[in-house]
Amino acid sequence: MLGTGLIKGLAVTAKNLVGSYHDPARYTTVEYPEVKPPLPEAYRNFPFLVSESADDPMGTLRCVACQICEKECPPQCIYIEKSKDKKPDAAGKLQIYPTVFAIDTSVCMSCQICVEVCPFDSIKMDQVYEVATPGRYGDLLLNREQLAKSNAYYHQIRPTEAAEVDGRLAAERKAAEEKAKAAAAAKAALPPKPAAPSPAAKLPDESRRSPQGEGGAAKPPAEGAQP
Amino acid sequence: MSLTPEIGGAHVRAVHDEFHGDLLEVSMGPHHPSTHGVFRMIVTLDGETIVKLKPVFGYLHRNHEKLGENTTYLASMPYTDRLDYLNSMSNNWAYALAVEKLAGLAVPERAEYVRVILAELTRLLNHTCLAGFLMQDCGCSGTPLMYAFREREKILDLFESLSGSRMMCNYQRFGGCRVDPPAEWLAGAQRLVDGYSAFLDEFEALLTGNEILMARTQGVGRLDPALAVSAGVAGPMLRATGVGHDLRKVDGYGVYPRFEFRVPVGAHGDTYDRYMIRILEMRESIRILQQALAGLPGGPVMDPKAKLRGFRPKAGEAYGRIEGPKGEIGFYLISDGGPNPYRYRVRPPSFINLTILEDMCLGHTVADAVIILGSVDIVLGEVDR
Amino acid sequence: MSAALPLSAASGANALLERLPVVLRDGLLGYLPESLRWIVSGLITIAALLAVFGLLFAYLTLAERKLLGRIQNRPGPNRTGWFGLLQPFADAVKALTKEDIVPREADAVLHYLAPVVLVALSLMGFAVLPFGRLLVPVELDSAVLYFFAAGAATELAVFMAGWASRNKYSLLAAMRALAQLISYELPLLLSFVPVIMLAGTLSTTEIVTAQGGWTLGFLPHWHVLTPWGFAGFVIFMIAALAESNRSPFDLPEAESELIAGHLTEYSGFKYALFFMAEYFGMCALSGMAVTLFLGGWQAPCAFLEFIPSYAWFGAKLLALLFGFIWIRATLPRLRMDQLTRLAWKFLVPLALINLGTAAFWFLTAGWSGPLQLVRWAVAVALVVVPFLLLGRRLTAGVAPRTYRYAT
Repeated sequence: MLGTGLIKGLAVTAKNLVGSYHDPARYTTVEYPEVKPPLPEAYRNFPFLVSESADDPMGTLRCVACQICEKECPPQCIYIEKSKDKKPDAAGKLQIYPTVFAIDTSVCMSCQICVEVCPFDSIKMDQVYEVATPGRYGDLLLNREQLAKSNAYYHQIRPTEAAEVDGRLAAERKAAEEKAKAAAAAKAALPPKPAAPSPAAKLPDESRRSPQGEGGAAKPPAEGAQP
Repeated sequence: MSLTPEIGGAHVRAVHDEFHGDLLEVSMGPHHPSTHGVFRMIVTLDGETIVKLKPVFGYLHRNHEKLGENTTYLASMPYTDRLDYLNSMSNNWAYALAVEKLAGLAVPERAEYVRVILAELTRLLNHTCLAGFLMQDCGCSGTPLMYAFREREKILDLFESLSGSRMMCNYQRFGGCRVDPPAEWLAGAQRLVDGYSAFLDEFEALLTGNEILMARTQGVGRLDPALAVSAGVAGPMLRATGVGHDLRKVDGYGVYPRFEFRVPVGAHGDTYDRYMIRILEMRESIRILQQALAGLPGGPVMDPKAKLRGFRPKAGEAYGRIEGPKGEIGFYLISDGGPNPYRYRVRPPSFINLTILEDMCLGHTVADAVIILGSVDIVLGEVDR
Repeated sequence: MSAALPLSAASGANALLERLPVVLRDGLLGYLPESLRWIVSGLITIAALLAVFGLLFAYLTLAERKLLGRIQNRPGPNRTGWFGLLQPFADAVKALTKEDIVPREADAVLHYLAPVVLVALSLMGFAVLPFGRLLVPVELDSAVLYFFAAGAATELAVFMAGWASRNKYSLLAAMRALAQLISYELPLLLSFVPVIMLAGTLSTTEIVTAQGGWTLGFLPHWHVLTPWGFAGFVIFMIAALAESNRSPFDLPEAESELIAGHLTEYSGFKYALFFMAEYFGMCALSGMAVTLFLGGWQAPCAFLEFIPSYAWFGAKLLALLFGFIWIRATLPRLRMDQLTRLAWKFLVPLALINLGTAAFWFLTAGWSGPLQLVRWAVAVALVVVPFLLLGRRLTAGVAPRTYRYAT
């Protein structure tokens, strides 16, 4: 009969009109500035540089200016200049560091590829999304100082991932120390023979990481460690 | 007399001949509320009847394919998100499939299941949005659109918690998926899938039986199956004409052959069929999702041989295609052994489905052209690339 | 408004509230010399109408947005003032401060006049609506005729706007508006002819009085509660939707097709005036529907008579306006040819048949006892059968479909 479909539709809208007053699950929106929806841990926006310490961010950057992210960045929004000298990193090892590390967030498309390709866990995705600025060009170009955030902050926004990264880095350092020790011991004992790979080098699953182009000397062969 | 007579019939033409007036050329777009982006239709009107329609596009051209030839294989992945920005997960999959064929990579079983889950969620997302948009084009004051967007937002929340981004997921990788979906994510997906039928029922109660909607869409924008096939139309548009072509069945890519689902086909090829086919496809997607979520195996989600950096597939060519929500989305790649593809080509379903717009619109009115365009389901990011 | 109408039915505590608006006005007039009283009395009435319906317009826009929001499961405007109650005023300030753009090629005079004429014409209808027992701005013998003459002219203003804008979308909208006017004026007028026939008058006050009284004290004698009255009411409301260009008949405005139709080239306060006219038209037509079919200011039950009559009128008016908004939130828009076909092939024949139903009802007024049942059965059949037959013809070829599945 003509009109039944119309009445059915009117019934649905009436149900929603009433339902919207007592059933919060029906709601489509949140009242944004007052209510901020919780961000999932995986949420990503723009990258930041991880530094070990909040007090001396420039001195403890994990970044060693290997420029892999600069090369891999799809929209080419990263610009890095290497230092001429070396400075000790958080582990005390002498490393090259970036004298300039700039990300143009007006170009960045938040794809996270820089994070994935970084062999040093030194660049991670931030979760700050209220990034409006009055300046059209310069304000969105973030330099080294603006990008650096402490590892504690990283733990705060992504606890699981940060814990996993910390564990991995600690294992790497330990493995490197043992390797150095073994090398020293091997040097001392004659005739010299190659050091056996330490069992500590077997790292947690890093399936998203590639064995190719690992830059750090401290990096043990990680792939294939897990069945 | 019906609400939808044969438009352009003999009596109408006789009247037109008698009162022959000037034709009116209207440029609908690129700024128009219902062109779904920056699309332009130059329509020539006789009264309100369309006698000529010229689609103009390219306003959103971003050089996608040339960019793909100048960046590494991996760096094109986030760009595929931006083709059809509603369906980044399936675009990712189609591209990953092409590269996997090129490089001869195997995909772990769990990753295949995860890909199916995400692709079907994307299908739900796309068809839900389309239904909402189409109703908006029909003149509903936003109500169906808001209902559709509420459900879409739930799917996008799932995508966000898995990939970090609602729409630009950048999730698939060559040889698997970037992150393994944790158990709570799967539970959330299960909850969503379980509740989706109820939403579809409500949405259909709101509109599918509505006499005005049926009168507006039935018999409007008929597409002939022969024309559809020869124009290369794919996806729900093709199936609405009665051709039961679905790559999930034809190619059986991924683990689709393991799932039981049906492919709905229309009989009239009109706007109503295109709308209904999508609704029915959503119901089938729910079935696939239930099966995939139940049968999800354990194991890794990434081929251990896959490389992220320094990825150089051996020289050769490959074409990877999947049944995207809008039709066949395919990527054609030629490798010369370098880090970049030598040739990178997209088969964009939106664009190819759009080519027969004039054939569907002739003889109909301006109001019909709007809903016909809406039922084609285009995303300008993919049309213009 | 006649000053000293005797209070016939109202009594007791009711009397003061019922009389309050008139008493206030008369008190004010008492301070003036005799020669000025008639004109000041008229001005006070106009001012009161403008104030009440201006505010109603303001809050109707808010109510519409709130209700649409709630139907769509979102809160609607809630930022300006408490629960968004200041939103209409913020909108007014915005409309007033916006730049008024007139296209260079437009006919400047017509472009300017169209919204003014539209608002003026849509306000004229209020003059003859009996808002309460004592509140009738102008008592005209041919009030109904006057009301619809004024109402029909509003579509001409829409055409003026479309023509003067020199915009192709506006022109299409203007053509649609005219076609809509011609199609829907007829069912609109035919739908209430039975009311005139039965009341034997074109005066709105007498039509309301004719619907007075109750059976058993709680069944009011409103026209809508008779078979022909119900059919007439539904036809009237459908035609009223079309006359006031409201969804699903908002073809001249048709956002998704014609951008904004005749409003495309309007901005600032002129744009706001169009909206004002739309809501005034909606209010006036709803008010007329209340008067013709819903018993005007009459209370639904005898024991509820203590509530002042104008409150009843207001309540019925708001209920109808809610219906307008509810329909807008639900239904898609018709196409031009379907719109005219609905009018000519469905509503007009039904309205004509309804004349016969009303005549039957009128002639059988004396039947009682079991004959009363026969009377109802015949009248209901006279309404339902043509509806079903014409409805089937109208929706021929339009039906839900079943789909097959490819293997």
